[in-house]
Amino acid sequence: MRAQFVASEVGNGLRRNLTMTLAVIITVAVSLTLFGVSLLVRAQVDTMKDFWYDKVEVSIFLCAKGSDTPSCAGGAVTPAQRDQIKADLESLRPLVLDIYYESQGEAYARFQEQFANSPIVDSVNESALPESFRVKLADPTQYDVVASAFSGRPGIEQVNDQRQVLDKFFRLLGGLQAIALIIAVVMLIVTVLLVVNTMRVAAFSRRRETGIMRLVGASNLYIQLPFLLEAAVSAGIGAILAVGGLILAKGIVIDQILAPSFQFTAFVGWDAVLGIAPILILVGIGLSGIAAFLTLRKYLRV
Amino acid sequence: MILFDTVTKLYPNQSRPALEEASLEIEKGEFVFLVGPSGSGKSTFLRLVLREERPTAGNVWVLGKDLSRLSNWKIPTLRREIGTVFQDFRLLPNKSVFENVAFALEVIGKPKALINKVVPEVLEVVGLEGKEERRPDELSGGEQQRVAIARAFVNRPKLLIADEPTGNLDPGTSVGIMKLLDRINRLGTTVVMSTHDAQIVDQMRRRVVELENGHVVRDQSRGVYGYAR
Repeated sequence: MRAQFVASEVGNGLRRNLTMTLAVIITVAVSLTLFGVSLLVRAQVDTMKDFWYDKVEVSIFLCAKGSDTPSCAGGAVTPAQRDQIKADLESLRPLVLDIYYESQGEAYARFQEQFANSPIVDSVNESALPESFRVKLADPTQYDVVASAFSGRPGIEQVNDQRQVLDKFFRLLGGLQAIALIIAVVMLIVTVLLVVNTMRVAAFSRRRETGIMRLVGASNLYIQLPFLLEAAVSAGIGAILAVGGLILAKGIVIDQILAPSFQFTAFVGWDAVLGIAPILILVGIGLSGIAAFLTLRKYLRV
Repeated sequence: MILFDTVTKLYPNQSRPALEEASLEIEKGEFVFLVGPSGSGKSTFLRLVLREERPTAGNVWVLGKDLSRLSNWKIPTLRREIGTVFQDFRLLPNKSVFENVAFALEVIGKPKALINKVVPEVLEVVGLEGKEERRPDELSGGEQQRVAIARAFVNRPKLLIADEPTGNLDPGTSVGIMKLLDRINRLGTTVVMSTHDAQIVDQMRRRVVELENGHVVRDQSRGVYGYAR
């Protein structure tokens, strides 16, 4: 096998078929960028889950004066009820990792801090805010155990799971990921069809050469390799462009735009990009290589 | 060298076979003319020898190999021992004479040093020395066919298949091509040539196999193109 001969054949082929080569590069780049974005969104969801599930807690609000849920019919929570709830929470260890008690005074202080610039602060007084237990679970998905044990008990107004709020957000992100993935798959199908057609045109435009090669006894590998390499090279260029797009998405959209405006949460790091890049290159080159191989088997038969 | 044992070839979607129970043996070193009207089965015969087609029934042996048992990946090895020449030359228009001949060696992975040595030799055999850098469109038809013969012969094949090599040439040029094929035959290569050119066949007085409607109807060791009718 003479590398120089094959290399010059590949170069000639790419140049002669420039429009098709460009088309393949662009579709590969676009489809793989979307594919990469969908992978990045998934990594983002995972990162946020790790970040938030560490912080989420189940809040058990106790009855305050004037609470109107049925379990609060007996008025504000009594010290005995409060101690019993605390004891029951302790009994749920090790599922329950941590328990904080927030008194009405602390709740009011936090409230004032949160709404410092709002006139609402003046209209709320301390006794209207419920005291609460903030419970941290070892496994946040086990929320139901706590909820079923405490909700509806006398003295407890409400059991709240912060995860439910987050889950809505994660579902939104999941939806975005699914859309990106669907578009990516459609684009990848388009890419495969385009590669098939490009190979067909290339095989046709060089039928004279390949015909002679067959007659003088060139092996299949020798005949097909230049075509396969052409497909791989154009797909490789497209994949590298897609990796570039992903780096821009991480470096500009996430780090420059999203991260400064949403400081309360964590974003994917460069390690995610580093993990996705080889997948994109492999998928790009692999897919177009297989498409080219199957096409050539049909059009460059011995 | 070539053995056809009751070979039948029926192409798909055709009612009449292109070859029907044809049997023929060609010995090493022979020069054989394949004659007959268009559609008589000459091209099918040559395509079967090159294993471009498989017979519908019967066996084809070429260079000691049973082609029906030859696996696909061994076909290139077979073809390296068979040179082929066509009526339409089949040269690459954007390559020079030298490059056209060298191409046949490059694509079977021969080293550059060998190519630079044997290509000038074979160009001398076919009488094209000094025209290495010409392009096919700068050559006459006869010269183009000499390039094609050089390409077919450069790997010193044991068998040369020529499908109407003089079909596009005038009689004077054809004689030159026939002398060249004769010379190649004398160098030890078996030559099988299909032709419509009665004058050439009559002059050469070599073995003549006549096909008609897919049957071998005549096989003479020192024959002429056709009987006076």
